Amino acid sequence: MSTRVQTQGRLIDRDRPISFKFNGTLLKGYQGDTLASALLANDQMLIGRSFKYHRPRGVVASGSEEPNALVGLGEGDRFEPNQRATTTEIFHGLTATSQNHWPSLNYDVGIVNNVLSRFLSAGFYYKMFIHPRPFWKHFYEPFIRHSAGLGKAPNPEVRDADRYEHFYAFTDVLVIGGGVAGLQSALTAARAGAKVLLLEQTAHLGGRAPVDGGTIDGMEPEAWVEKARAELDALPNTQVRTRTMGAGVYDHGYVLGYERLTDHAPDTPGPRHRLWRIRAAQVITATGAIERPLSFAGNDIPGVMLASAVRDYLVNYGVSPGDRTVVVTNNDDAYRTAIALVQAGLKVPVILDARPTGGGALMDEAKALGIRVETGAAAVKVKGAKRVHSVCIGVQAGEGEVLEEVFCDAIAMSGGWSPVVHLWSHCGGKLTWDAGQAAFRPDHARAPTSHDGNPFVIAAGAADGAFHLKDVLQNAVKAGETAATRAGGKAESSAAPRGDAPEEAPLAPVWMMPQGAKKQLRMKAWLDYQNDVKVSDVQLAAQEGFESVEHTKRYTTLGMATDQGKLSNINGLATLANALDEDIPRVGTTTFRPPYTPISMGAIAGEARGEIFQPIRKTPMHAWHEANGAHWEPVGHWRRPYAFPRKGESVTDAVHREVLATRNSLGLLDASTLGKIIVKGPDAGRFLDMLYTNMMSTLKPGKCRYGLMCSENGFLTDDGVVARIDEDTFLCHTTTGGADRIHAHMEEWLQTEWWDWQVWTVNATEQFAQVAVVGPNARKLLEKLGGMDVSKDALGFMEWKDGDLAGFPVRVYRISFSGELSYEIAVPANLGRAFWDKLLEAGAEWDITPYGTEALHIMRAEKGFIMIGDETDGTVIPQDLGLDWAISKKKDDYIGKRAQARSHMTDPKRWKLVGLETLDGSTLMDGAYAVAEGTNENGQTNTQGRVTSTYHSPTLNKGIAMGLVLNGPDRMGEVIEFTNGGDDRVKARIVNPVFFDPEGEKQNV
Amino acid sequence: MLLLTCPYCGVAAEETELHAGGEAHLTRFGPDSSDADFTSYLFHRENPKGVHFERWRHVNGCGKWFHAARDTNTLEVFGTYSAQTTEPPKDLLGKIREKRPGFRWRDIA
Repeated sequence: MSTRVQTQGRLIDRDRPISFKFNGTLLKGYQGDTLASALLANDQMLIGRSFKYHRPRGVVASGSEEPNALVGLGEGDRFEPNQRATTTEIFHGLTATSQNHWPSLNYDVGIVNNVLSRFLSAGFYYKMFIHPRPFWKHFYEPFIRHSAGLGKAPNPEVRDADRYEHFYAFTDVLVIGGGVAGLQSALTAARAGAKVLLLEQTAHLGGRAPVDGGTIDGMEPEAWVEKARAELDALPNTQVRTRTMGAGVYDHGYVLGYERLTDHAPDTPGPRHRLWRIRAAQVITATGAIERPLSFAGNDIPGVMLASAVRDYLVNYGVSPGDRTVVVTNNDDAYRTAIALVQAGLKVPVILDARPTGGGALMDEAKALGIRVETGAAAVKVKGAKRVHSVCIGVQAGEGEVLEEVFCDAIAMSGGWSPVVHLWSHCGGKLTWDAGQAAFRPDHARAPTSHDGNPFVIAAGAADGAFHLKDVLQNAVKAGETAATRAGGKAESSAAPRGDAPEEAPLAPVWMMPQGAKKQLRMKAWLDYQNDVKVSDVQLAAQEGFESVEHTKRYTTLGMATDQGKLSNINGLATLANALDEDIPRVGTTTFRPPYTPISMGAIAGEARGEIFQPIRKTPMHAWHEANGAHWEPVGHWRRPYAFPRKGESVTDAVHREVLATRNSLGLLDASTLGKIIVKGPDAGRFLDMLYTNMMSTLKPGKCRYGLMCSENGFLTDDGVVARIDEDTFLCHTTTGGADRIHAHMEEWLQTEWWDWQVWTVNATEQFAQVAVVGPNARKLLEKLGGMDVSKDALGFMEWKDGDLAGFPVRVYRISFSGELSYEIAVPANLGRAFWDKLLEAGAEWDITPYGTEALHIMRAEKGFIMIGDETDGTVIPQDLGLDWAISKKKDDYIGKRAQARSHMTDPKRWKLVGLETLDGSTLMDGAYAVAEGTNENGQTNTQGRVTSTYHSPTLNKGIAMGLVLNGPDRMGEVIEFTNGGDDRVKARIVNPVFFDPEGEKQNV
Repeated sequence: MLLLTCPYCGVAAEETELHAGGEAHLTRFGPDSSDADFTSYLFHRENPKGVHFERWRHVNGCGKWFHAARDTNTLEVFGTYSAQTTEPPKDLLGKIREKRPGFRWRDIA
């Protein structure tokens, strides 16, 4: 059984016990424990179940590469699934639950998949669930959805209780990884004067060195690390952040760091996670290496662990995974584990070394301790269910004949080390195959390049394939010097500290153990523990023609689990290469994508949540609307009142009341959000002639004209009233959502096509508050305010005038979007609220009624006016909407003109705008289709048009609608059918889209 | 996240400050153009794995459009220059040719 031993445990504080819960049971650990080490100390080897076969899963690794030990952490609004026990530091009151089992971790029904595993091979889902077709929707999909997914999603109804933030940093040299290599390269770069930022993902500096031993300049590694840390802290140009992972390396030296501030101490005030947005001139990836598992049968049984992890748990946490641990290896490093175990008083019955001649100095040391070493040996298979029981031994060169069975409760395996090349690769760094180490390492000649074409990423230490302590230090010094020099510093060549460690014999690549293992063995030799991918699955994929490593990955799901194949990738692609009879470097790796390990969504969002997720734009009258019960509607970044329901009144009733009050007496609309762009200069008229379909250059100062704007591909993109202020100046009104876009559109054409034209544009939208005073009594109200002549003769329809009203400096446009007598009055924004209040006060005698966007929509629809975004959807040209009258025939050119002459645009079969009236007076459904005869090749009913706007008109007391219908304008009076939800149909008559006051008598008074 | 130096205001701007505008140096074809020319103007774009001439706008900055010569593969930026020109500056082309012998882009060789 796994247990806490009395010695060792350099990272734990035995004077500070900590209690935490796992699956409801109270357990004890120490300050400094990870959840994984604390669970192992409590003999909780079984931690979860695998994804596909629900096989028992225990801790394999001791760091972020862990594929198995995933748990749900926390409760309620702090619950998070799929958290790595190996990177979770424990604290008082931590609660963890195991995942992927039902009804319990020990007795799981899903294990039946394990029995059926013979039938659940690679590509099983693709092959199985194709036939019969109808089964997919009603049987297969619900079943798969139920059984798929790892962990439980948090309750969507609760909000994350923690705070997160973003943090910007700029540095000359960013060092990712705080092991010996990272520390040394940071020191070298900092001494050369570079500004250095060092990130370490764990809580401790030093990496593996304090566990692996050796000496640095004659010091124990731990002492050297302390000294290095002290020097870095003392330098003014360095910063060291622990618990901060380098998550991703991006273009031109941009790097994301992920700092976990309070995960280990949740009661600490401040943000929980911090996303560092770093711009670095040079990046050093000192990210170390990850040990590879060996592929032998039963290598997934709880108790089979990486040799380095066994050593970590013992040295760092004083935890022994078992009393009797068999070591299986193809290299010297694993001997360190055997030596450490024996020195701690634990048993190592045998070391199985796949190499025929065994290892070097470390093997001699192990033998001197009395450990039995078998060379040329293999673990043929591991026996056990929820825990290792014994291992069957054979010869590596054989097919799996069992020579001996050795009882043990843990197995420490090592298949060699793979440099962590993820961050090197994120931004295009290429790899080279190191046959000696049997690993991919960074190809220095093909480093990621920055904006200047020069490399900006340097790998250091084990991440660069330097494994011996001496090489690590020399490599790190060189990396630090190179980075500092490239970042503009002056690095003086300095000697690396002396690293002393035993010399190691070369490893022997072992991709299958034993090399000739028969199928029964290969079917139980795991590559990907989390996703349940075995050697036999990859071989099957190769046999079925999946030759590309990217295809094999997706077909088998190898490396697609939450650990992203940190343990499985190299073994998997070596297996694929062998199956294809190809060289490993020719098969290559799959793409390394950021983040290195999952980061929280909270960190990505940062402070952008709730009210400040997106700032809301507010008109000067916003506070009045809010105080008067506005029912809001988002329009662009604005909030506009949809309606102003009174106490006890429904929104619909309010809308109808607002329409009738405006039509019968006097309404008031806050139109401040409409875009207002000033276009000025000697060539302004010529420019607007290109921008609008209409002729704008002929507009007289003092007059207004409604205009249409198209994109270069002909589609209608915005509309609005243009007022000519003087010979050189126009004011262009745009839609509320269109102001910024249209302003950008204008600037683009001015700057990139007609840059020799003398035109300037300013988006003055927020400089003015604008109020529409609408209705038969509108003029009376303005006359009551006094200050300027607003009579028909002085200010005719489609004219504008500057003046003052009730002492307010105003610009009054006589334009109408409702068909009523209407004045749109602009005042400086700071006077907007006062002017609004004045209008309300003076208009009381006519029962002045503020109205919202829905009343506006209904009134414009009653008049047959189009609305950008309702009648248009990016595929509609003005000609479709019967707006030919607004398209100048005299102009040679305007943006969109050529496109509107393309064959598809001039097709007589394009759907065109008409009005629609149901025969029974009901209101058509929004987006309803006009049905036509017959069905298409998919059995769907043919269509001949669609509804674009539909309302109940309170003025006419019936449903009115606009829509695009095939040959619509030629079919006036014809009755056609529209969809009405499900199979229901409703009949409607094609009519003129102007439902109300077609002669325009009301607005022309 | 790219860094491009705006040739107008001199700021080394991050991609979040910029708006990408697609291929540079397009010739506009208007009402009298042939279907082939207009279609090509509207839809056909270069897609090189290598040096590309692009339009960018310093939208969250000075607001100016400018052009950039950028290697889409290595992300090397050879230079940025005014959008108010119909072809890349000679010295920039020289710089590109020096590092990318045999470089071609549309009819520029």
